[in-house]
Amino acid sequence: MSDSIHAICMPKWGLSMKEGTVAAWLMEEGDEISFGDEVMDVETEKISSAVEVSKSGVLRRRVATEGETLSVGAMLGVLTDGDASDEEIDAFITEFQANYVPPADDEEDAGAATETVDVDGRAIRYLLRGEGDVPVLLVHGFGGDLNDWLFNHEALAATRAVYALDLPGHGASSKDVGEGGVGALAAMVIGFMAALDIDKAHLVGHSLGGAIALSVALDHGEKVASLTLICSAGLGGEIDGDYLQGFVSAERRKDLKPHVEKLFSDPALVTRQMINDLLAFKRIDGVQAALETILAAFAPGGSQSVVLREKIGEIAVPVLTIWGSDDRIVPASHAEGLPGNVRVEVMPGQGHMVQMERASAVNRLIGELIG
Amino acid sequence: MARKITYQQAIGEALAQEMARDETVILMGEDVAGGAGAPGEDDAWGGVLGVTKGLYGKFGDRVLDTPITESAFIGAAVGAATAGLRPVAELMFIDFMGVCFDQIFNQAAKFRYMFGGNAETPVVIRTMYGAGMRAAAQHSQCLYPVFTHIPGLKVVTPATPYDAKGLLIQAIRDNDPVIFCEHKSLYTLEGDVPEESYTIPFGEANVTREGDDITIVTLGRMLHVAHEAADLLAKEDISCEIVDLRTTSPMDTDTIIESVENTGRLVVLDESTPRCNIATDVSAIVSQEAFAALKAPIRMVTAPHVPVPFAGNLEDLYIPDAGQVCQAVRTVMGKD
Repeated sequence: MSDSIHAICMPKWGLSMKEGTVAAWLMEEGDEISFGDEVMDVETEKISSAVEVSKSGVLRRRVATEGETLSVGAMLGVLTDGDASDEEIDAFITEFQANYVPPADDEEDAGAATETVDVDGRAIRYLLRGEGDVPVLLVHGFGGDLNDWLFNHEALAATRAVYALDLPGHGASSKDVGEGGVGALAAMVIGFMAALDIDKAHLVGHSLGGAIALSVALDHGEKVASLTLICSAGLGGEIDGDYLQGFVSAERRKDLKPHVEKLFSDPALVTRQMINDLLAFKRIDGVQAALETILAAFAPGGSQSVVLREKIGEIAVPVLTIWGSDDRIVPASHAEGLPGNVRVEVMPGQGHMVQMERASAVNRLIGELIG
Repeated sequence: MARKITYQQAIGEALAQEMARDETVILMGEDVAGGAGAPGEDDAWGGVLGVTKGLYGKFGDRVLDTPITESAFIGAAVGAATAGLRPVAELMFIDFMGVCFDQIFNQAAKFRYMFGGNAETPVVIRTMYGAGMRAAAQHSQCLYPVFTHIPGLKVVTPATPYDAKGLLIQAIRDNDPVIFCEHKSLYTLEGDVPEESYTIPFGEANVTREGDDITIVTLGRMLHVAHEAADLLAKEDISCEIVDLRTTSPMDTDTIIESVENTGRLVVLDESTPRCNIATDVSAIVSQEAFAALKAPIRMVTAPHVPVPFAGNLEDLYIPDAGQVCQAVRTVMGKD
């Protein structure tokens, strides 16, 4: 069997994904494709996204058909990065299909289970994928959780260890947020790194998580190898206070959905399941109080209380900021006029959740930054 | 964080967490602590199906075994609620409700209204319902429509472990009397349930499957029958949307109507007998509020208008199944 033949498989986006439906092929057989290219759109019950390839080569076979629903790990297509005959590809497919076993229902967490660590008396949930020195640490934004990185986590973990945590008050972490401001949450992230013996990490923060990562980089530069700020808070006063207040106070689907739709450039991505998951989170005891505490400290009166823009030039490690040009939560104008040590990438037409909607491009930029 | 537990464990966990949080929460019922006349520690049955097992050890005399006199202990629970406690009374089978109708219908349900809004009766009555256990006519009925009929009562019919825990915690924290109906056949059903306490508001139906051609409104155990039918119908290119009511009082009519306005067709699936039940109620509401949206007459799938038979083969025929739902859907779709 030629070792230049590779399977493109159904990805696993987030811990609960079991299967996906092929919405559309984006490439033809015979097309040249490069690492990170999107070859197919896939829909799951939670969200839709594109499948990226992790190798460069030629798309030789489209195995999955549009409309087909396939389990995680099932073969979608075949890519070659060297000579391979059609017969060899046929044999490769036959062997793959003969050996493929879809994950059983109760095995959904096998190999990708979250863990919990005690950080100064608070239980903090995290997910670790991949191996390697100087890990990446992903810090989500207000109202999010580690699943906000579902299209980034595996891709970044191909070459290194990648942690994603649930901030206090979020996901399955403790709902005790203390004073709740950027500084208090940054101290908890430092505590998380200490608890897991992470001396130094590439910090990637989204929105509020960006302000937290920036705060960690300014106060503990020795712990930070690089800094990626995505649609980040902390770079200006403006923020959509109506969104923040609306997200916190919404108790029902109908009230919550319009706010969540503001996060995305394509509101069709906001599925019923996404809203249900957010409501289930908001209905856990302690969450409402935690969100209100964070909001009061982070954006009292609808504008950000902590603006670290003037200090960003002091950061000695590489800094990347990524923004959606049409971000309706934190304006992309905050990416303008930053000092020369900051690489700025603004993605046209994109919204606040650019790491989800343009995952492959964001993953490529982060990969370039951290090498 | 979420892990898989059963419907029965979800109910037990909700009780344990609320008892730990609020010391005014007490449990009472037949065998909920000990049973068989023995002290609780010696013989912890935890109720006839073991839902409250282990709670006597944790909460001692806040878990009260009662004599086999439903009229007495349901009355005691209602009285305790008016006096500041939050009792959760376990009435083994919903069929036994008949001997405590006055306590529930005329007392608990009425106090808030008759005392000008000044009285609260935060009592929860947990009770098992439903056919399928070979328990015959007096232990198998679906009597939630009877309680839904009474203003002043809230009626809850969870279909999944997640809903069972969140709705029971909401029921205990609610300041009105709640009839919490648990289907016996769901006790072993497993599902994702967060370890933390959480609530689900009453009057919020859950769209558990999105579809374009027809709406199936259902509740309780029948939710799973509806999904079985929808899977079969998908192979015939019929796309079903499924609405789980979760609570029959209050009822989320907005979600029902919104769904029917999208699909234009309705089947209502209800395990209870067909006269004045949830299926007739939903059908009437849709006929009145969304008639113009309907492309075909509504069909109801229910049990027949007879007592639940004891003969196993007849009981199996009595319970609505996926085949009947498929047939009703095809009829409404004009594909039969």
